[in-house]
Amino acid sequence: MGCIENLKYEMILPLGASFKECREYAEKNFKEVWYVDPGYKLFDEYIIGLPPIALGIEDGKKIIFPYTKPCHGTYLLRIEDLDEVERVRKTARKKK
Amino acid sequence: MTEIPATPEKAIIVLGCPEAPAQQALAFHVAYNLKKRGTNVLIAGNPSVLNLLKVSDPEKHYITDTMVLEKCIAEVVEKKKDCDLCVVFAHNDAAIAYAATMRHLLPERRLVVIVFGKDPGPLADEINFPCEKIVDKAVHNPMQLKAKINEVFGWAVSRT
Repeated sequence: MGCIENLKYEMILPLGASFKECREYAEKNFKEVWYVDPGYKLFDEYIIGLPPIALGIEDGKKIIFPYTKPCHGTYLLRIEDLDEVERVRKTARKKK
Repeated sequence: MTEIPATPEKAIIVLGCPEAPAQQALAFHVAYNLKKRGTNVLIAGNPSVLNLLKVSDPEKHYITDTMVLEKCIAEVVEKKKDCDLCVVFAHNDAAIAYAATMRHLLPERRLVVIVFGKDPGPLADEINFPCEKIVDKAVHNPMQLKAKINEVFGWAVSRT
């Protein structure tokens, strides 16, 4: 998974989840949801997907985001990083 | 919209997971036909799919440039790389996400998404962004999909 693979992540939706399932899960299960477009940089990697891409924020310090690999599909991952949370809040579009 | 040239100067072919053998044959077919018409072709994919191509075409008759998909996406985002034509091979959900990403990053370029595999219909239905779709049930035998590709690109049908 490149750089993200080296981070301490939790897999919320595992191998084989569709991109749509990841978006719906983020929208339904997190109170704070933000939207970005494909090519948005998160943890030093460009995020892939069908716009808008939903990101969840949990406990004010964890980001939930889809991570796509060609052979495996899209994983929904959770990573704790306060700086990235703040950057998302400044640069993404908040769910109304 | 920017006018799209009939013969593209630069093309990017995005390959998905190599588990369906038809993809490799058709990637060579598309790359070869573009190359012989003067297009500079870059093929992007994961290391496995690129290695399959490189081993199959050691003298680079069909392929010229290759790049790992993540690096290609990064260069398109950073506007270091552009093209007139982007062709995405898609036989799973992930590949549709890559196609959507290319559509977003290259909004004025010609985007052709080749949807194949055992059951390409539902996958093709996921595409809700502007592009040309070529859809056919192909896993091992590329011939029917090849004919459709030739039709869309206006290439003479080869009987070989």
